[in-house]
Amino acid sequence: MKTLVRTGRYLALLVLVCFFLMPVYALLITALKDPASVSVVRMWELPQSFSMENFRIVWPDLREGFVNSALLAVPASLVSAMLGAANGFVLSKWRFPGADFVFPLILFGMFIPYQAILIPMYRTMQSANLVGGLDGLIIVHIIYGLPITTLIFRSYFAGLSDEVIEAAKVDGAGMLRTFFHVALPIAPPAFAVALIWQFTSAWNDFLFGVLLTSREFWPITVALNNIAGGQTVPFNQAMASALLASVPTLLVYVLLGRFFMRGLMAGALKG
Amino acid sequence: MTQTSRSTSESGSGAAVVGRGTQPGPKASKVRRRLRAWGPGLLLVSPSLVLLGIFVYGFLGWNIRVSFTSWRGQTPVYDWVGTRNYSELFDNERFQIDVRNLAVFTFVFIGGSLLLGFVMAMLLEKGVRFEAFFRSVFLFPMAISFIATAIIWRWLLNNGSGESTAGLNKLFDNIGLGFLFSDWHKTPSSWAIAAIALPAGWALSGYVMALFLAGLRSVPEELREAARVDGAPERKVFWHVVRPMLLPVLMSAVVILAHISMKTFDLFYAIDQGNLRIDTPALYMWFTTFQPGFFARGATIATLLLFGIALVIVPYIWWSVRTERRK
Amino acid sequence: MRYSRRGIVALGLAAALIALPACSSSANDDDGGSSGSGDTEVEVFSWWAGPGEKEGLDAMIADFTTKNSGIKFNNAAVAGGAGTNAKTVLATRLQAKNPPDSYQVHAGLELASDIEAGYVEDITYLYDQQGWKEKFPKGLVDAITVDGKIYSVPVNIHRSNLLWFNPATLQKAGISAPPKTWAEFLTQAATLKSKGITALSIGPGWTQEHLLENVLLGELGTDKYTGLWNGSTDWKSAEVTAALTTYTKILGFSDLKSAAADWQPALDKVVDGTAAYNVMGDWADGYLKGAKALKFKTGYDVVATPGSEGVYNFLSDSFTLPVGAPHKGAAEKWLVECGSTEGQDAFNPQKGSVPARTDADKSKYTDYLAAALAEWQNPATKIVGSLAHGVVANNAFKGEIDTALQIFVQDGNVAKFADAVAKAYDANK
Repeated sequence: MKTLVRTGRYLALLVLVCFFLMPVYALLITALKDPASVSVVRMWELPQSFSMENFRIVWPDLREGFVNSALLAVPASLVSAMLGAANGFVLSKWRFPGADFVFPLILFGMFIPYQAILIPMYRTMQSANLVGGLDGLIIVHIIYGLPITTLIFRSYFAGLSDEVIEAAKVDGAGMLRTFFHVALPIAPPAFAVALIWQFTSAWNDFLFGVLLTSREFWPITVALNNIAGGQTVPFNQAMASALLASVPTLLVYVLLGRFFMRGLMAGALKG
Repeated sequence: MTQTSRSTSESGSGAAVVGRGTQPGPKASKVRRRLRAWGPGLLLVSPSLVLLGIFVYGFLGWNIRVSFTSWRGQTPVYDWVGTRNYSELFDNERFQIDVRNLAVFTFVFIGGSLLLGFVMAMLLEKGVRFEAFFRSVFLFPMAISFIATAIIWRWLLNNGSGESTAGLNKLFDNIGLGFLFSDWHKTPSSWAIAAIALPAGWALSGYVMALFLAGLRSVPEELREAARVDGAPERKVFWHVVRPMLLPVLMSAVVILAHISMKTFDLFYAIDQGNLRIDTPALYMWFTTFQPGFFARGATIATLLLFGIALVIVPYIWWSVRTERRK
Repeated sequence: MRYSRRGIVALGLAAALIALPACSSSANDDDGGSSGSGDTEVEVFSWWAGPGEKEGLDAMIADFTTKNSGIKFNNAAVAGGAGTNAKTVLATRLQAKNPPDSYQVHAGLELASDIEAGYVEDITYLYDQQGWKEKFPKGLVDAITVDGKIYSVPVNIHRSNLLWFNPATLQKAGISAPPKTWAEFLTQAATLKSKGITALSIGPGWTQEHLLENVLLGELGTDKYTGLWNGSTDWKSAEVTAALTTYTKILGFSDLKSAAADWQPALDKVVDGTAAYNVMGDWADGYLKGAKALKFKTGYDVVATPGSEGVYNFLSDSFTLPVGAPHKGAAEKWLVECGSTEGQDAFNPQKGSVPARTDADKSKYTDYLAAALAEWQNPATKIVGSLAHGVVANNAFKGEIDTALQIFVQDGNVAKFADAVAKAYDANK
């Protein structure tokens, strides 16, 4: 009986693994097929021979998007995490009257539908002359990233014992010194979570990118949608592009999955 | 002009919130002492607060203001037409279709993801070999953009038949499940949008699993042990000990998924455009606002989306913060 | 500066942003265009990314770069949907005062909204400088002149009202000639259906609109058709209702349920014989001849859509000079290329359209295009404008028709559709 249950469990897990990997299978084998032998109808069949040709074809169109997304996601996540660290520290350890009132207001910013700020946001960015390049997009990602980074750091610092802070205070350290010398040195795990979360969401964002950038500054998602979103694009090129565009976030996920997971929990307010 | 004054009043109200404590107290020295205590902290967070005040609350307010104007075309108009846009929208057939689609999608997407996520969590909970591997496989779609997800699934949800059968239908055919053939999101049925719950669920049910798994594992083993000692069978242990502790997790998952389903745009956008069967308010907002120039209508749709989301999110935040305070 | 990638300055900028009044749309607009001929690049926005259209653009770009070797051509083509995707992207850029150096637009009311919004420059001076007013047909120049000013350079003339077919398929089905009226089409369709052939292949939403305009044209005739767009034909009249009913019947014989994702795959069904007819503009010729390497008359053939013989339902791709174009000098050179004989003769044979200029090299236009050119230049030909391609309806009106049509195609409710379009006309004229 017990072995039966166990076999059943592994069987079920196997079926689920198949479901989750099925698109990846189609993606991989199509992208690796020789373009001449690709057909949508035969998408599940293994290739006769492997070829990197598809990647060679689509890479020139994606390269710029890749560079742009990197130039966008790195500063956006760094600045957002830094500000989030400061906010999180103050809101948990250096509270001011009203902090408990302000925090939920900040949190709400995480959940708003971006459609509801789209019109004012682009009118504002436009009058500030921040549309077209990456500057404006970076700023927007920083600002709309603040709620989640604040939340991540606030939860993290909340776990830090008050005594450490009090001790620093007794030593006469001011807020900034306590922050830099006591809080920040122990914060790398929270930074990892915040940076990964921010990097992934900036990399994967489409709506802000398509609204705020012109072609030469298109982030990867916009470039990808333009290459592979057209209806007449060869199937194999669509798959190769989708794969390439997902490599960085997948790498982050594979290498730093633990922190990624914690970011997810934070996203559900389960810090 | 109205805009300028509006936005200052907006940030003004934000400052009032932040600065509640700056009113002169009865004893000036006490105030100064307190100010020295929390002043620097407030100073440190104020840039973020001001930015969020503008970019979140200022813009939301501004958008709501636009929904009461007759702004159409490329030049902003800030007149006042009352609730006309709202009543027109409620009579708008496309919007009605969108709302129905959204309801169907939300229902199938949440139901499916919850079920799948829960089953996965239960399967992993007792500890299996290669657990880390399974978890990674179930979660990795979260790392992929909706655009890439949509591009992959668009080919899987191909509805060609006969010779040109492809995608999932072809797979069904190959493994002897040909009767499962579906037109997916191109079926004339009003359930067409449910097909999009497949890629959406693929992307997010791992998230639900992670939430449930964390919830299941936070149930102290002593509690279960105690129940077992009392002679309760495993099923009863689950029902009376574990289940009540999972309720908050369930609520979190529902809220998170519900708000995602309301605001998701790119997944639908990249799977099939101009297909009313998978049109949602989020897409209608985009397509009616920027090219034909129905700004007031777009703002109205966005405002309704905001209220829809606030309806589930505000109680959730309130509840989360309260739970935290109780601890 | 505007395009600096330094994200670190972002914070400072964000702080500066707060100080700015939230909305003063005209404050920073006039810094964009640095005119001058020293430009080293030009960004041209179009929706020509698919087979049959890309080749035409590439041919013209090649000619442009030979003539202007110092200018890098930045091809900002956005794929999909006969421009429906591109137009949204473009609209956001124009609204954000972030225009490309030049963008593709259909001549007619589609451009009218942009002129009204002040997005495009008056380029009458280029017409004077290049002597274009004498080189383009007078009727066309009149059509693109707004209050005495011209804002675009037409590259080509397309014809919308064409019925494409594969002669072999008709032969196999025992049909001697393509239909002359939509009624005859329906009779043939029944025959085709009984033989297991789809009578009409169809694609996404805009191709359904393309079909609609040509059914309306064929059933109502040119005057009443034109009246639909200027208010003189009542959408709720009996004739229009009858025409719309015919449209639903025609759709009933189409492969709407498994509609192709774009126009090329819809034509593929005609090529491979699973469908008999397809209604599409003459860019189909570029695709069938070029990408599909078929021979005119034997591999594919074409006639005017039923009831529209001697009528040219036209649309014209044209290019503009946006206000604030970053490289104005280079953009002007691009426009000169678009209006030149060499440019048009490089582009049109590939794209499957006839040149807008009257002095183009006729020998370059063969097969279908030779006939089209003769018909376009024939004074007896009646000219009407296309709905699906932005000639007769402004963006707002067209946007509302698009939505109403999507619903109509699903529910087939003629009265409701006519009512919705009539209301949209009144609200957006």
